[in-house]
Amino acid sequence: MANFFSNIAGWVNERAPSMMPVYRKHMTEYYAPKNFNFWYYFGVLAMVVLVNQIVTGIFLTMFYKPGAATAFDSVEYIMRDVEWGWLIRYMHSTGASMFFLVIYLHMFRGLLYGSYKKPRELVWLLGMLIFLALMAEGFLGYVLPWGNMSFWGAKVIISLFGAIPWIGDTLVQWIMGDYNPADATLNRFFALHVVALPLVLLLLVVLHIFALHEVGSNNPDGVEIKKKKDARGIPLDGIAFHPYYTLHDLVGIGFFLIICAFIIFYQPTVGGWFLEYDNFIPANNLVTPAEIKPVWYFTPFYAILRVIPSKGLGVFAMAASIILLFLMPWLDRGAVKSIRYRGRGYKIALTLFTITFVLFGAIGAGKSAEWIPEIFGPTADVSGIEMHFGWLLLAIYFGFFLFLWVYTHFGYEKTKPVPERVTTHD
Amino acid sequence: MTESTRIKLKMMNQLAARTFAYALLAVTAMFATSVAGAEESGEMQSAQTNVSNVTSLQRGARTYFNYCSGCHSIKYMNYARLAADLQLSEAEVLKSFAFTGARIGDQVISNMPADSSQQWFGKTPPDLSLEARAKSPDWIYNYLRSFYVDPTSTVGWNNTVFPNASMPNPLWELQGVQTAHMARADGEVHVEKLEVTSPGKQSSAQFDETARDLTAFLQYVGEPAALQRESVGVWVILFLVVFTFLAWLLKHEYWKDIH
Repeated sequence: MANFFSNIAGWVNERAPSMMPVYRKHMTEYYAPKNFNFWYYFGVLAMVVLVNQIVTGIFLTMFYKPGAATAFDSVEYIMRDVEWGWLIRYMHSTGASMFFLVIYLHMFRGLLYGSYKKPRELVWLLGMLIFLALMAEGFLGYVLPWGNMSFWGAKVIISLFGAIPWIGDTLVQWIMGDYNPADATLNRFFALHVVALPLVLLLLVVLHIFALHEVGSNNPDGVEIKKKKDARGIPLDGIAFHPYYTLHDLVGIGFFLIICAFIIFYQPTVGGWFLEYDNFIPANNLVTPAEIKPVWYFTPFYAILRVIPSKGLGVFAMAASIILLFLMPWLDRGAVKSIRYRGRGYKIALTLFTITFVLFGAIGAGKSAEWIPEIFGPTADVSGIEMHFGWLLLAIYFGFFLFLWVYTHFGYEKTKPVPERVTTHD
Repeated sequence: MTESTRIKLKMMNQLAARTFAYALLAVTAMFATSVAGAEESGEMQSAQTNVSNVTSLQRGARTYFNYCSGCHSIKYMNYARLAADLQLSEAEVLKSFAFTGARIGDQVISNMPADSSQQWFGKTPPDLSLEARAKSPDWIYNYLRSFYVDPTSTVGWNNTVFPNASMPNPLWELQGVQTAHMARADGEVHVEKLEVTSPGKQSSAQFDETARDLTAFLQYVGEPAALQRESVGVWVILFLVVFTFLAWLLKHEYWKDIH
C-alpha cells in the first residue's frame, strides 16, 4: 500500500516537479517558532471556519431560493423538510459568528505581540483586507434569510452610503436596485455573497499566508528566530510546521469544534446573539422591529454611529476606526514587539482599548437600555448618558492610536530587554 | 528537559488554563446578566417547557387544534410530520386535529378567510409557526395567562403582556374570567394584579399546565428539528472529545522531540 502511494507521488513529481518544493516550503520545511501559545490557534481556526462556511454554504445554495417572495420560506424549508438541513444551516449561522470571534482574537494577538511590525506590515495589511471582506460577506449573508431584521438591517447599513456627499442618494439606490431593500437587492446580495466575496476572501487568505511564509511567524516573545540558525540554515528556535504544528493545531481544532458543537446542538441562537429573534419574523417594510441593531460582531462599530448624533460625522468616525487599524505598523514606532517586554504605557493603553471595544459592542447591542436604569435608577436619561459615555469611549478608542504614536515616536516608552532566543514553549 | 524548563512549562500551562477559564467565566457572566435582565423587565415567569416530553406536546396539540387552529395557521407544519413527531397514527391525527377536511400531507392552514378576520378583529390572526422563536416560549406562556376583561377595548379583553392585543381570550372557558386590579402610580394607571373572578373548567394550577403544554407545542412547531438536534448532539460531542484526546496523545508523542 505504501508502495502504491509513493508510486503515485513519484508519478506526479515526474510531471510537475515544482509542486513538491511548494509543499515543503509551506509545510514540512516551514519553520515556526516553538513557543506558540494559546493566542496562536486562531489563525488556523479561521481557516477551519472558512472551509466550513464554503462547504455548508454550497449545500445551502442547493435549497435556498433568493427572492423576496421565496427566501424566508426556503430557509424554513431547509430547517424542517431538507434532511439534515437544520444542521447545515446551524453550522453556517454558528460559523459566521465564530468566524468573527476567532478573527477578533487573531487580530488581538497581533496587538499583543506586535505581529504587524516590520517585517510583517504586508501580512497585517492583507489581514485587515480580509477583515473588511469578511465584514461585507457577513452583512450580505445576514440579509439572505429575509427576516425582518435582515430587511431593516440592510436598510440602515445601505443608507450609510447616503452620507457620502453629492452621490450618496444615487449610490444608495444603485446598491439596492430599488427605493427600499427589495427583490433586486436580495438577488444581487446572493450573487455577491456566494460568488464574488468568497473568491476575494480565498485570494486574500492565500496572499496572507504566502506573505507570512516569506517573513516567518512572529511569536509571544517577539524574537526573530531567523537571526539564530544552525549549520543547516534552520532557525534554532524553529520547528517544522508539519508535523509539529499541524498536530498541535489539531488539538486546538478539536477543542474549538467541541465548543461549536455545543452551540449548534444545544444553543443555536445563543440567546438571540447568533440568530436574532426578530429575524424569525418575515421581512415587512411596514413594521419596524422594536430596536434595529446588527448582529453582535458589528455592534462595536455600530455603537460609534450611535453615539455621534450627526450621521455624516458618525460614518466618518466609523470608517476612521477601521482605517486606523490598517495604519498600526506606522503608528506604532516602537522596536520591541511583544507586550512581555513593552513599556507599562502600552499595556495600560491596550487594556483600555480592549475594554472600550467590548463596551462599544455592548452599546451597539442596545445593552445600555438595560444597564443604565440599573446603575442610575429607573428615571435616568438613557440616551443622554449613553451618548456622553460613548464620547468618553470614542476619546479612548481614537486616543489609543494618538497615544501610541506619541509614546513610541518621541521615545517615551521604557522597554525591557528582549531575550536573544525564545523563552518558553508548551 | 531541565528542572527550570519543567517549571516554566508548568507555569505556561497554568496560565493558558487560567486564561481559558476566565474567558469561559466572562461568557457565562454575559449570559447570566442577559437572562437576569429579561426576568426583571417584565416579571415574566419561566415557561418550564420540555419539548422532548411527547405527552406534553400531544396535550398541547389538542389544545391548539381545539382552541387556536380555527383562526391561526401553522403553515410550515403538515399533518404527517405532526403524526410522526407526536408519535400518533395518521388516522388519529386526521380524526382529532384535521377539522378542516385536510389530507395527511396538507399544511396546517386555518379555514378563516383573511378579509373577514380583518373585519372582525382589525387584524388577520398571524401564522404561529415561528411565534415561539420570534417571541420566546416564556412570552407565549405568560401571554396566555394574562388576559383580563376590559370593557373599554374593542374585543372586550385586554392583556398585560401584550397591551391592547386584538385577540379575545381564547381559553377563557378553561381559565375562567380574570379581572384586573388597577393601581395609580406616577400619574399613570397600570394593572397591579389579575384575579380569576369567575372560575373556569380548570383550576389555576391545571390551567398553568395547559398553557405550558400549549407553549411546548408551539415551541416544537417553531423548530421541529430540536427533537433530533438534542439527541444527535450528545454523540457528536462524545466523538469530538475522543477525537481531541487522541489528537492530543499523538501531538504529545511527536512533541517529545522538542526541547
